[in-house]
Amino acid sequence: MMFWKSTYNEFIKIAAKPRSYIGIGVISVIVGIILYAMYKEGHGFIGAITWRMEQSLTLEGNILNGNLVAYIILQTLIIHVPLLIVLVTGDLVSGEGAMGTIRLLLTKPVSRTNILLSKYLAGCGYTFVMLVWLVFLSLVIGKLLFGTGDLIVLNDDVIVVLQQQELGWRFACAFSTAFLSLIMVATLSLTFSCFADNSIGPIVTTMAVIILFTILGALNVPALQKIQPYLFTNHMSAWRYFFEDPLPIGKIFNSIGILLIHIVGLLAIAVYKFKRKDILS
Amino acid sequence: MSDTPEKIIEIKHLVKHFGKFKAVEDVNFDVFRGDIFGFLGPNGAGKSTTIRAMLSLIRPTSGELKLFGKDLLKNRSYILQRIGCIVEKPDFYKYLSAEKNIEIFARLSGVDVSKSKVHKIIEFVGLKGRERDKVNGFSHGMKQRLGIAQTLVHDPELIILDEPTTGLDPQGIIDIRNLILQLKNEHNKTVLLSSHILSEIELIATRLVIINKGKTIVQGSVSDLLNAQELVVSFTIDNIEKAKQIVQSSSLNITLESETSTNLLLHISQEKIPLLNKLFCDNGINVFSIEAKRKLEDYFLKLISA
Repeated sequence: MMFWKSTYNEFIKIAAKPRSYIGIGVISVIVGIILYAMYKEGHGFIGAITWRMEQSLTLEGNILNGNLVAYIILQTLIIHVPLLIVLVTGDLVSGEGAMGTIRLLLTKPVSRTNILLSKYLAGCGYTFVMLVWLVFLSLVIGKLLFGTGDLIVLNDDVIVVLQQQELGWRFACAFSTAFLSLIMVATLSLTFSCFADNSIGPIVTTMAVIILFTILGALNVPALQKIQPYLFTNHMSAWRYFFEDPLPIGKIFNSIGILLIHIVGLLAIAVYKFKRKDILS
Repeated sequence: MSDTPEKIIEIKHLVKHFGKFKAVEDVNFDVFRGDIFGFLGPNGAGKSTTIRAMLSLIRPTSGELKLFGKDLLKNRSYILQRIGCIVEKPDFYKYLSAEKNIEIFARLSGVDVSKSKVHKIIEFVGLKGRERDKVNGFSHGMKQRLGIAQTLVHDPELIILDEPTTGLDPQGIIDIRNLILQLKNEHNKTVLLSSHILSEIELIATRLVIINKGKTIVQGSVSDLLNAQELVVSFTIDNIEKAKQIVQSSSLNITLESETSTNLLLHISQEKIPLLNKLFCDNGINVFSIEAKRKLEDYFLKLISA
Protein backbone atom coordinates (compact mmCIF):
# COMPACT_ATOMS: atom_id res chain seq x y z
CA MET A 1 0.00 0.00 0.00
CA MET A 2 2.73 2.44 1.03
CA PHE A 3 4.64 1.45 -2.09
CA TRP A 4 1.81 2.62 -4.34
CA LYS A 5 1.36 5.84 -2.35
CA SER A 6 5.06 6.50 -2.70
CA THR A 7 4.95 5.68 -6.43
CA TYR A 8 2.01 8.07 -6.88
CA ASN A 9 4.09 10.78 -5.17
CA GLU A 10 6.98 10.13 -7.53
CA PHE A 11 4.74 10.50 -10.58
CA ILE A 12 3.44 13.82 -9.21
CA LYS A 13 7.01 15.04 -8.73
CA ILE A 14 8.10 14.02 -12.24
CA ALA A 15 5.01 15.61 -13.78
CA ALA A 16 5.64 18.88 -11.92
CA LYS A 17 9.36 19.16 -12.71
CA PRO A 18 10.11 21.50 -15.61
CA ARG A 19 13.06 19.34 -16.72
CA SER A 20 10.69 16.43 -17.43
CA TYR A 21 9.43 18.32 -20.46
CA ILE A 22 12.85 19.03 -21.98
CA GLY A 23 13.08 15.54 -23.49
CA ILE A 24 9.54 15.63 -24.85
CA GLY A 25 10.16 19.08 -26.30
CA VAL A 26 13.45 18.08 -27.92
CA ILE A 27 11.94 14.92 -29.46
CA SER A 28 9.00 16.93 -30.78
CA VAL A 29 11.29 19.50 -32.40
CA ILE A 30 13.67 16.95 -33.97
CA VAL A 31 10.92 14.66 -35.24
CA GLY A 32 9.02 17.69 -36.49
CA ILE A 33 12.07 18.82 -38.48
CA ILE A 34 12.64 15.31 -39.90
CA LEU A 35 8.97 15.00 -40.87
CA TYR A 36 9.01 18.42 -42.52
CA ALA A 37 12.24 17.64 -44.40
CA MET A 38 10.89 14.29 -45.57
CA TYR A 39 7.65 15.93 -46.65
CA LYS A 40 9.45 18.56 -48.68
CA GLU A 41 12.51 16.69 -49.94
CA GLY A 42 11.71 13.03 -49.19
CA HIS A 43 11.03 11.88 -52.74
CA GLY A 44 14.30 13.35 -54.00
CA PHE A 45 16.16 11.81 -51.06
CA ILE A 46 14.64 8.36 -51.65
CA GLY A 47 15.21 8.66 -55.39
CA ALA A 48 18.91 9.35 -54.81
CA ILE A 49 19.21 6.24 -52.65
CA THR A 50 17.19 3.90 -54.90
CA TRP A 51 18.66 5.15 -58.19
CA ARG A 52 21.37 2.44 -58.20
CA MET A 53 18.87 -0.27 -57.27
CA GLU A 54 16.58 0.74 -60.07
CA GLN A 55 19.33 -0.23 -62.55
CA SER A 56 18.60 -3.87 -61.74
CA LEU A 57 15.27 -3.83 -59.86
CA THR A 58 11.85 -2.41 -60.41
CA LEU A 59 10.52 -0.69 -57.31
CA GLU A 60 6.76 -0.21 -57.25
CA GLY A 61 4.34 1.37 -54.82
CA ASN A 62 4.74 4.08 -52.21
CA ILE A 63 8.34 3.66 -51.02
CA LEU A 64 8.35 6.88 -48.99
CA ASN A 65 5.64 5.88 -46.56
CA GLY A 66 4.95 6.26 -42.84
CA ASN A 67 6.69 2.97 -42.02
CA LEU A 68 9.93 4.05 -43.68
CA VAL A 69 9.76 7.46 -42.03
CA ALA A 70 9.24 5.84 -38.61
CA TYR A 71 12.18 3.52 -39.24
CA ILE A 72 14.43 6.44 -40.24
CA ILE A 73 13.37 8.42 -37.16
CA LEU A 74 14.05 5.46 -34.90
CA GLN A 75 17.50 5.02 -36.46
CA THR A 76 18.26 8.70 -35.95
CA LEU A 77 16.88 9.24 -32.48
CA ILE A 78 17.27 6.04 -30.52
CA ILE A 79 20.89 6.94 -29.66
CA HIS A 80 19.85 10.36 -28.34
CA VAL A 81 16.64 9.55 -26.49
CA PRO A 82 18.55 7.82 -23.63
CA LEU A 83 20.46 11.05 -23.05
CA LEU A 84 17.16 12.90 -22.64
CA ILE A 85 15.74 10.26 -20.30
CA VAL A 86 18.81 10.47 -18.08
CA LEU A 87 17.98 14.13 -17.37
CA VAL A 88 15.07 12.87 -15.28
CA THR A 89 16.11 9.40 -14.09
CA GLY A 90 19.63 10.50 -13.09
CA ASP A 91 18.07 13.12 -10.84
CA LEU A 92 15.57 10.86 -9.05
CA VAL A 93 17.67 10.19 -5.93
CA SER A 94 20.53 12.69 -6.14
CA GLY A 95 18.09 15.52 -6.89
CA GLU A 96 16.42 14.87 -3.54
CA GLY A 97 19.86 15.06 -1.93
CA ALA A 98 20.67 18.32 -3.68
CA MET A 99 17.32 19.84 -2.70
CA GLY A 100 17.57 18.53 0.87
CA THR A 101 14.18 16.82 0.65
CA ILE A 102 15.80 13.41 1.06
CA ARG A 103 16.06 14.12 4.80
CA LEU A 104 12.30 14.42 5.10
CA LEU A 105 11.59 11.64 2.65
CA LEU A 106 13.63 9.07 4.56
CA THR A 107 12.19 9.98 7.95
CA LYS A 108 8.79 8.72 6.80
CA PRO A 109 7.59 5.22 7.69
CA VAL A 110 8.31 3.76 4.26
CA SER A 111 11.22 1.39 3.75
CA ARG A 112 14.14 2.67 1.72
CA THR A 113 13.74 -0.21 -0.72
CA ASN A 114 10.14 0.82 -1.34
CA ILE A 115 11.13 4.44 -1.85
CA LEU A 116 13.84 3.51 -4.35
CA LEU A 117 11.62 1.06 -6.24
CA SER A 118 8.85 3.69 -6.35
CA LYS A 119 11.29 6.10 -7.93
CA TYR A 120 12.42 3.41 -10.34
CA LEU A 121 8.87 2.57 -11.36
CA ALA A 122 8.09 6.25 -11.90
CA GLY A 123 11.31 6.59 -13.95
CA CYS A 124 10.24 3.60 -16.07
CA GLY A 125 6.83 5.22 -16.49
CA TYR A 126 8.45 8.42 -17.70
CA THR A 127 10.62 6.42 -20.12
CA PHE A 128 7.48 4.71 -21.43
CA VAL A 129 5.76 8.05 -21.96
CA MET A 130 8.79 9.33 -23.91
CA LEU A 131 8.74 6.23 -26.10
CA VAL A 132 4.98 6.44 -26.67
CA TRP A 133 5.43 10.06 -27.71
CA LEU A 134 8.17 9.01 -30.12
CA VAL A 135 5.91 6.26 -31.53
CA PHE A 136 3.05 8.70 -31.90
CA LEU A 137 5.15 11.29 -33.72
CA SER A 138 7.03 8.89 -35.95
CA LEU A 139 4.53 6.16 -36.75
CA VAL A 140 1.13 7.78 -36.32
CA ILE A 141 1.93 11.24 -37.69
CA GLY A 142 4.27 9.62 -40.25
CA LYS A 143 1.45 7.45 -41.59
CA LEU A 144 -0.97 10.38 -41.62
CA LEU A 145 1.48 12.44 -43.69
CA PHE A 146 3.00 9.79 -45.94
CA GLY A 147 0.46 6.97 -46.01
CA THR A 148 1.39 3.35 -45.53
CA GLY A 149 3.13 0.66 -47.54
CA ASP A 150 5.84 -1.98 -47.54
CA LEU A 151 9.09 -1.18 -45.79
CA ILE A 152 12.36 -1.42 -47.66
CA VAL A 153 15.45 -1.49 -45.44
CA LEU A 154 19.10 -2.02 -46.16
CA ASN A 155 20.77 -4.43 -43.74
CA ASP A 156 24.50 -5.02 -44.33
CA ASP A 157 24.19 -4.33 -48.06
CA VAL A 158 21.20 -6.66 -48.31
CA ILE A 159 17.88 -5.18 -49.35
CA VAL A 160 15.02 -6.48 -47.22
CA VAL A 161 11.47 -5.85 -48.28
CA LEU A 162 8.97 -6.31 -45.43
CA GLN A 163 5.31 -6.64 -46.27
CA GLN A 164 2.96 -4.06 -44.85
CA GLN A 165 0.87 -6.74 -43.09
CA GLU A 166 3.77 -7.93 -40.93
CA LEU A 167 5.01 -4.50 -39.95
CA GLY A 168 2.61 -4.12 -37.03
CA TRP A 169 4.17 -6.80 -34.85
CA ARG A 170 7.66 -5.97 -36.05
CA PHE A 171 7.30 -2.34 -34.94
CA ALA A 172 5.70 -3.48 -31.66
CA CYS A 173 8.62 -5.82 -30.92
CA ALA A 174 11.16 -3.22 -32.05
CA PHE A 175 9.69 -0.55 -29.77
CA SER A 176 9.50 -3.04 -26.87
CA THR A 177 13.18 -3.91 -27.31
CA ALA A 178 14.04 -0.22 -27.61
CA PHE A 179 12.10 0.30 -24.36
CA LEU A 180 14.28 -2.33 -22.68
CA SER A 181 17.40 -0.48 -23.89
CA LEU A 182 16.05 2.78 -22.52
CA ILE A 183 15.21 1.11 -19.19
CA MET A 184 18.80 -0.14 -19.08
CA VAL A 185 20.06 3.44 -19.35
CA ALA A 186 17.48 4.64 -16.81
CA THR A 187 18.66 1.94 -14.37
CA LEU A 188 22.29 2.90 -14.88
CA SER A 189 21.56 6.55 -14.13
CA LEU A 190 19.44 5.67 -11.08
CA THR A 191 22.31 3.57 -9.74
CA PHE A 192 24.76 6.44 -10.17
CA SER A 193 22.14 8.69 -8.59
CA CYS A 194 22.31 6.60 -5.39
CA PHE A 195 26.01 7.38 -5.06
CA ALA A 196 25.72 11.16 -5.45
CA ASP A 197 24.19 14.13 -3.68
CA ASN A 198 24.11 16.47 -6.65
CA SER A 199 21.96 16.46 -9.75
CA ILE A 200 24.52 16.85 -12.47
CA GLY A 201 27.03 14.12 -11.45
CA PRO A 202 24.92 11.03 -12.25
CA ILE A 203 23.65 12.58 -15.50
CA VAL A 204 27.14 13.36 -16.78
CA THR A 205 28.56 10.02 -15.55
CA THR A 206 25.81 8.05 -17.33
CA MET A 207 26.40 9.94 -20.55
CA ALA A 208 30.17 9.40 -20.18
CA VAL A 209 29.68 5.64 -19.68
CA ILE A 210 27.42 5.40 -22.75
CA ILE A 211 29.95 7.28 -24.88
CA LEU A 212 32.89 5.26 -23.50
CA PHE A 213 31.18 1.89 -23.96
CA THR A 214 30.03 2.86 -27.47
CA ILE A 215 33.62 3.68 -28.41
CA LEU A 216 34.95 0.49 -26.77
CA GLY A 217 32.28 -1.53 -28.58
CA ALA A 218 33.22 -0.10 -31.93
CA LEU A 219 37.03 -0.30 -31.65
CA ASN A 220 38.58 -3.08 -33.70
CA VAL A 221 41.18 -4.03 -31.08
CA PRO A 222 41.77 -7.75 -30.36
CA ALA A 223 42.14 -7.15 -26.62
CA LEU A 224 38.62 -5.70 -26.46
CA GLN A 225 36.91 -8.40 -28.47
CA LYS A 226 36.34 -10.57 -25.40
CA ILE A 227 34.36 -7.88 -23.58
CA GLN A 228 32.59 -6.31 -26.54
CA PRO A 229 29.73 -8.87 -26.67
CA TYR A 230 28.88 -8.01 -23.04
CA LEU A 231 28.86 -4.22 -23.35
CA PHE A 232 25.26 -3.10 -22.98
CA THR A 233 25.75 -0.38 -25.60
CA ASN A 234 26.32 -3.10 -28.22
CA HIS A 235 22.80 -4.36 -27.52
CA MET A 236 20.98 -1.06 -27.48
CA SER A 237 20.24 -1.29 -31.17
CA ALA A 238 18.84 -4.81 -30.88
CA TRP A 239 15.48 -3.43 -32.03
CA ARG A 240 16.91 -3.46 -35.58
CA TYR A 241 16.89 -7.29 -35.58
CA PHE A 242 13.11 -7.12 -35.95
CA PHE A 243 13.56 -5.62 -39.40
CA GLU A 244 15.65 -8.55 -40.65
CA ASP A 245 14.31 -11.49 -42.58
CA PRO A 246 14.58 -14.17 -41.33
CA LEU A 247 14.55 -13.01 -37.72
CA PRO A 248 17.89 -13.63 -35.94
CA ILE A 249 16.17 -15.23 -32.91
CA GLY A 250 19.45 -16.19 -31.21
CA LYS A 251 20.81 -12.64 -31.44
CA ILE A 252 17.52 -11.20 -30.18
CA PHE A 253 17.42 -13.42 -27.09
CA ASN A 254 21.12 -12.84 -26.45
CA SER A 255 20.67 -9.06 -26.49
CA ILE A 256 17.53 -9.13 -24.37
CA GLY A 257 19.27 -11.47 -21.89
CA ILE A 258 22.34 -9.25 -21.58
CA LEU A 259 20.20 -6.12 -21.13
CA LEU A 260 18.06 -7.85 -18.47
CA ILE A 261 21.14 -9.10 -16.57
CA HIS A 262 22.53 -5.55 -16.58
CA ILE A 263 19.20 -4.13 -15.39
CA VAL A 264 18.79 -6.62 -12.53
CA GLY A 265 22.44 -6.32 -11.49
CA LEU A 266 22.43 -2.52 -11.48
CA LEU A 267 19.13 -2.37 -9.63
CA ALA A 268 20.49 -4.71 -6.96
CA ILE A 269 23.55 -2.44 -6.55
CA ALA A 270 21.27 0.62 -6.32
CA VAL A 271 19.06 -0.95 -3.63
CA TYR A 272 22.10 -2.17 -1.65
CA LYS A 273 23.72 1.27 -1.74
CA PHE A 274 20.54 3.23 -1.02
CA LYS A 275 19.63 1.07 1.99
CA ARG A 276 23.02 1.66 3.57
CA LYS A 277 23.48 5.26 2.58
CA ASP A 278 24.10 7.70 5.42
CA ILE A 279 22.11 10.86 4.73
CA LEU A 280 24.51 13.69 5.46
CA SER A 281 23.24 16.37 3.07
CA MET B 1 1.14 1.81 38.58
CA SER B 2 4.39 3.74 38.49
CA ASP B 3 4.29 7.54 38.55
CA THR B 4 7.42 7.75 36.40
CA PRO B 5 6.43 9.18 33.02
CA GLU B 6 6.88 6.97 29.98
CA LYS B 7 10.25 7.14 28.28
CA ILE B 8 9.74 8.24 24.68
CA ILE B 9 13.42 8.26 23.74
CA GLU B 10 16.19 6.18 25.33
CA ILE B 11 19.68 6.60 23.93
CA LYS B 12 22.48 4.57 25.47
CA HIS B 13 26.16 4.75 24.53
CA LEU B 14 25.46 5.97 21.00
CA VAL B 15 28.57 5.91 18.81
CA LYS B 16 28.91 6.99 15.19
CA HIS B 17 32.19 7.04 13.28
CA PHE B 18 32.63 8.24 9.70
CA GLY B 19 35.82 6.44 8.78
CA LYS B 20 38.40 7.66 11.27
CA PHE B 21 36.30 10.66 12.29
CA LYS B 22 34.42 10.12 15.54
CA ALA B 23 31.27 12.24 15.23
CA VAL B 24 29.56 10.74 18.28
CA GLU B 25 31.49 8.95 21.03
CA ASP B 26 29.12 8.22 23.87
CA VAL B 27 25.78 10.02 23.88
CA ASN B 28 23.21 9.04 26.49
CA PHE B 29 19.88 10.64 27.36
CA ASP B 30 16.22 9.95 28.04
CA VAL B 31 13.20 11.97 26.94
CA PHE B 32 9.93 11.49 28.82
CA ARG B 33 6.38 11.90 27.53
CA GLY B 34 5.30 15.54 27.76
CA ASP B 35 8.83 16.96 27.87
CA ILE B 36 10.01 19.92 25.92
CA PHE B 37 13.51 18.58 25.79
CA GLY B 38 16.44 20.87 25.01
CA PHE B 39 19.29 19.28 23.09
CA LEU B 40 22.36 21.48 23.44
CA GLY B 41 25.95 21.45 22.35
CA PRO B 42 28.45 23.63 20.49
CA ASN B 43 28.93 23.31 16.74
CA GLY B 44 30.38 19.92 15.89
CA ALA B 45 29.32 18.39 19.21
CA GLY B 46 27.34 15.66 17.46
CA LYS B 47 23.78 16.97 17.83
CA SER B 48 22.77 16.62 14.20
CA THR B 49 24.44 13.23 13.92
CA THR B 50 22.51 12.04 16.98
CA ILE B 51 19.23 13.38 15.59
CA ARG B 52 19.91 11.76 12.22
CA ALA B 53 20.60 8.46 13.97
CA MET B 54 17.31 8.79 15.89
CA LEU B 55 15.48 9.20 12.58
CA SER B 56 17.33 6.35 10.85
CA LEU B 57 18.99 8.72 8.40
CA ILE B 58 22.35 7.29 9.43
CA ARG B 59 23.28 3.91 10.88
CA PRO B 60 24.94 4.09 14.30
CA THR B 61 28.31 2.39 14.67
CA SER B 62 27.15 1.04 18.03
CA GLY B 63 24.83 1.84 20.92
CA GLU B 64 21.19 1.47 21.78
CA LEU B 65 18.45 3.62 20.27
CA LYS B 66 14.97 3.02 21.62
CA LEU B 67 11.94 5.11 20.82
CA PHE B 68 8.52 4.42 22.30
CA GLY B 69 10.16 1.48 24.09
CA LYS B 70 11.18 -0.26 20.86
CA ASP B 71 14.50 -0.73 19.11
CA LEU B 72 14.72 1.71 16.18
CA LEU B 73 16.49 -0.57 13.76
CA LYS B 74 13.96 -3.39 14.25
CA ASN B 75 10.82 -1.23 14.39
CA ARG B 76 11.64 1.60 12.01
CA SER B 77 8.18 2.04 10.45
CA TYR B 78 6.28 1.72 13.76
CA ILE B 79 8.49 4.40 15.32
CA LEU B 80 8.65 6.82 12.39
CA GLN B 81 4.85 6.84 12.12
CA ARG B 82 4.82 8.46 15.56
CA ILE B 83 7.41 11.14 14.83
CA GLY B 84 7.26 14.47 13.04
CA CYS B 85 10.55 16.21 12.39
CA ILE B 86 12.55 18.98 10.85
CA VAL B 87 16.21 18.09 10.34
CA GLU B 88 18.43 21.18 10.07
CA LYS B 89 16.52 23.26 7.52
CA PRO B 90 13.07 22.54 6.16
CA ASP B 91 13.57 21.78 2.49
CA PHE B 92 10.61 21.19 0.21
CA TYR B 93 9.91 20.52 -3.45
CA LYS B 94 10.27 24.07 -4.72
CA TYR B 95 8.32 23.41 -7.90
CA LEU B 96 5.25 22.29 -5.91
CA SER B 97 2.77 24.35 -3.93
CA ALA B 98 2.69 24.38 -0.11
CA GLU B 99 -0.41 22.18 -0.01
CA LYS B 100 1.00 19.67 -2.54
CA ASN B 101 4.16 19.39 -0.42
CA ILE B 102 2.12 18.72 2.70
CA GLU B 103 -0.02 16.16 0.85
CA ILE B 104 3.07 14.33 -0.41
CA PHE B 105 4.58 13.98 3.06
CA ALA B 106 1.22 13.14 4.64
CA ARG B 107 0.73 10.32 2.13
CA LEU B 108 4.15 8.91 3.07
CA SER B 109 3.25 9.14 6.75
CA GLY B 110 0.42 6.70 6.12
CA VAL B 111 -2.48 9.10 6.54
CA ASP B 112 -5.05 10.21 3.99
CA VAL B 113 -5.61 13.85 4.72
CA SER B 114 -8.37 15.90 3.19
CA LYS B 115 -7.65 19.23 1.53
CA SER B 116 -9.51 20.96 4.37
CA LYS B 117 -7.22 19.37 6.99
CA VAL B 118 -4.16 20.41 4.99
CA HIS B 119 -5.51 23.96 4.81
CA LYS B 120 -6.27 23.91 8.54
CA ILE B 121 -2.71 22.90 9.42
CA ILE B 122 -1.27 25.50 7.06
CA GLU B 123 -3.50 28.08 8.75
CA PHE B 124 -2.36 26.86 12.20
CA VAL B 125 1.26 27.73 11.35
CA GLY B 126 0.25 31.15 10.03
CA LEU B 127 0.45 30.58 6.29
CA LYS B 128 -3.23 31.06 5.47
CA GLY B 129 -3.70 32.29 1.93
CA ARG B 130 -0.39 30.84 0.69
CA GLU B 131 -1.59 27.23 0.29
CA ARG B 132 -1.45 27.24 -3.49
CA ASP B 133 1.75 29.27 -3.82
CA LYS B 134 4.87 27.46 -4.96
CA VAL B 135 7.43 26.98 -2.18
CA ASN B 136 10.04 28.50 -4.51
CA GLY B 137 8.81 31.95 -3.50
CA PHE B 138 8.74 31.31 0.24
CA SER B 139 11.07 33.08 2.67
CA HIS B 140 13.13 31.07 5.17
CA GLY B 141 10.65 31.87 7.93
CA MET B 142 7.74 30.68 5.82
CA LYS B 143 9.56 27.44 5.05
CA GLN B 144 10.17 26.95 8.79
CA ARG B 145 6.44 27.34 9.39
CA LEU B 146 5.64 24.96 6.56
CA GLY B 147 8.18 22.58 8.08
CA ILE B 148 6.24 22.63 11.33
CA ALA B 149 2.98 22.08 9.41
CA GLN B 150 4.60 19.05 7.81
CA THR B 151 5.59 17.67 11.21
CA LEU B 152 1.99 17.94 12.45
CA VAL B 153 0.05 16.62 9.51
CA HIS B 154 -0.04 13.00 10.71
CA ASP B 155 -0.62 13.96 14.36
CA PRO B 156 2.63 12.49 15.75
CA GLU B 157 3.33 11.93 19.46
CA LEU B 158 6.94 13.12 19.26
CA ILE B 159 8.17 16.18 17.39
CA ILE B 160 11.88 16.60 16.71
CA LEU B 161 12.97 20.09 15.72
CA ASP B 162 16.59 20.57 14.78
CA GLU B 163 17.50 24.27 14.96
CA PRO B 164 13.96 25.47 14.15
CA THR B 165 14.71 29.14 14.76
CA THR B 166 17.92 29.42 12.74
CA GLY B 167 17.77 32.38 10.37
CA LEU B 168 14.50 33.73 11.72
CA ASP B 169 13.89 37.36 12.70
CA PRO B 170 12.94 38.11 16.34
CA GLN B 171 9.20 37.97 15.60
CA GLY B 172 9.68 34.66 13.81
CA ILE B 173 11.56 33.26 16.81
CA ILE B 174 8.76 34.31 19.15
CA ASP B 175 6.14 32.80 16.82
CA ILE B 176 7.96 29.47 16.65
CA ARG B 177 8.44 29.48 20.44
CA ASN B 178 4.72 30.07 20.95
CA LEU B 179 3.91 27.33 18.46
CA ILE B 180 6.10 24.87 20.37
CA LEU B 181 4.47 25.80 23.67
CA GLN B 182 1.07 25.43 22.06
CA LEU B 183 2.01 21.96 20.81
CA LYS B 184 2.93 20.86 24.31
CA ASN B 185 0.20 22.59 26.25
CA GLU B 186 -2.78 22.25 23.92
CA HIS B 187 -1.89 19.18 21.87
CA ASN B 188 0.07 17.24 24.50
CA LYS B 189 3.07 16.60 22.25
CA THR B 190 6.54 15.67 23.35
CA VAL B 191 9.09 17.96 21.72
CA LEU B 192 12.83 17.48 21.30
CA LEU B 193 14.36 20.80 20.44
CA SER B 194 17.92 21.35 19.32
CA SER B 195 18.97 24.97 19.26
CA HIS B 196 21.94 27.27 19.48
CA ILE B 197 19.83 29.95 21.08
CA LEU B 198 20.24 29.07 24.73
CA SER B 199 17.78 31.67 25.96
CA GLU B 200 15.11 29.96 23.85
CA ILE B 201 15.78 26.60 25.46
CA GLU B 202 15.85 28.21 28.88
CA LEU B 203 12.46 29.79 28.26
CA ILE B 204 10.59 26.74 27.10
CA ALA B 205 12.47 23.52 27.90
CA THR B 206 11.51 21.37 30.87
CA ARG B 207 14.52 19.05 30.61
CA LEU B 208 17.78 19.20 28.69
CA VAL B 209 20.97 17.42 27.77
CA ILE B 210 24.27 19.07 26.92
CA ILE B 211 26.74 17.21 24.73
CA ASN B 212 30.27 18.14 23.73
CA LYS B 213 32.81 16.39 21.54
CA GLY B 214 30.33 13.58 20.94
CA LYS B 215 29.74 12.84 24.64
CA THR B 216 26.95 13.62 27.06
CA ILE B 217 28.14 16.06 29.70
CA VAL B 218 25.00 16.56 31.72
CA GLN B 219 21.25 15.93 31.54
CA GLY B 220 18.35 16.67 33.85
CA SER B 221 15.52 19.07 34.50
CA VAL B 222 16.30 22.67 33.56
CA SER B 223 15.29 24.04 36.97
CA ASP B 224 17.38 21.47 38.91
CA LEU B 225 20.46 22.07 36.80
CA LEU B 226 20.28 25.83 36.86
CA ASN B 227 19.14 26.36 40.43
CA ALA B 228 22.16 24.48 41.72
CA GLN B 229 24.32 27.13 40.11
CA GLU B 230 25.34 30.55 41.39
CA LEU B 231 23.54 33.16 39.30
CA VAL B 232 24.59 36.49 37.93
CA VAL B 233 21.75 38.80 38.97
CA SER B 234 21.15 42.42 38.10
CA PHE B 235 19.49 44.60 40.81
CA THR B 236 18.09 47.92 39.60
CA ILE B 237 18.04 50.19 42.64
CA ASP B 238 18.17 53.86 43.62
CA ASN B 239 21.11 54.05 46.04
CA ILE B 240 24.15 52.24 44.66
CA GLU B 241 26.71 53.31 47.30
CA LYS B 242 24.53 52.28 50.24
CA ALA B 243 23.62 48.99 48.50
CA LYS B 244 27.33 48.20 47.95
CA GLN B 245 28.04 48.73 51.64
CA ILE B 246 25.17 46.37 52.57
CA VAL B 247 26.44 43.70 50.14
CA GLN B 248 30.00 43.94 51.47
CA SER B 249 29.05 43.99 55.16
CA SER B 250 26.43 41.27 55.00
CA SER B 251 27.18 37.67 55.87
CA LEU B 252 25.48 36.41 52.68
CA ASN B 253 28.80 35.82 50.86
CA ILE B 254 27.83 37.72 47.69
CA THR B 255 30.40 38.86 45.12
CA LEU B 256 30.09 42.09 43.19
CA GLU B 257 30.59 41.60 39.43
CA SER B 258 30.10 45.18 38.22
CA GLU B 259 28.08 48.33 38.78
CA THR B 260 26.47 51.23 36.92
CA SER B 261 24.68 54.30 38.31
CA THR B 262 21.44 52.33 38.68
CA ASN B 263 22.49 48.66 38.61
CA LEU B 264 24.48 46.19 40.66
CA LEU B 265 25.51 42.95 38.99
CA LEU B 266 26.05 40.29 41.67
CA HIS B 267 27.12 36.62 41.88
CA ILE B 268 24.51 35.16 44.17
CA SER B 269 22.81 31.79 44.71
CA GLN B 270 19.08 31.63 44.04
CA GLU B 271 17.96 31.17 47.67
CA LYS B 272 19.83 34.33 48.76
CA ILE B 273 18.01 36.64 46.32
CA PRO B 274 14.92 37.23 48.56
CA LEU B 275 17.20 37.72 51.63
CA LEU B 276 19.22 40.41 49.89
CA ASN B 277 16.05 42.01 48.54
CA LYS B 278 14.66 42.20 52.10
CA LEU B 279 17.93 43.64 53.34
CA PHE B 280 17.79 46.39 50.71
CA CYS B 281 14.15 47.19 51.53
CA ASP B 282 14.81 47.23 55.30
CA ASN B 283 17.58 49.78 54.69
CA GLY B 284 15.34 52.06 52.63
CA ILE B 285 16.71 51.17 49.22
CA ASN B 286 14.08 50.99 46.48
CA VAL B 287 14.40 47.86 44.33
CA PHE B 288 12.91 48.42 40.85
CA SER B 289 13.82 45.10 39.27
CA ILE B 290 15.72 41.86 39.87
CA GLU B 291 16.87 40.05 36.73
CA ALA B 292 18.92 36.90 36.33
CA LYS B 293 21.39 37.33 33.49
CA ARG B 294 21.82 34.53 30.91
CA LYS B 295 21.79 31.67 33.37
CA LEU B 296 21.86 28.85 30.87
CA GLU B 297 24.44 30.53 28.69
CA ASP B 298 26.85 30.84 31.64
CA TYR B 299 26.15 27.31 32.74
CA PHE B 300 26.63 26.01 29.21
CA LEU B 301 29.90 27.86 28.68
CA LYS B 302 31.21 26.71 32.05
CA LEU B 303 30.53 23.08 31.18
CA ILE B 304 31.91 23.31 27.66
CA SER B 305 35.12 25.06 28.71
CA ALA B 306 35.64 22.48 31.45
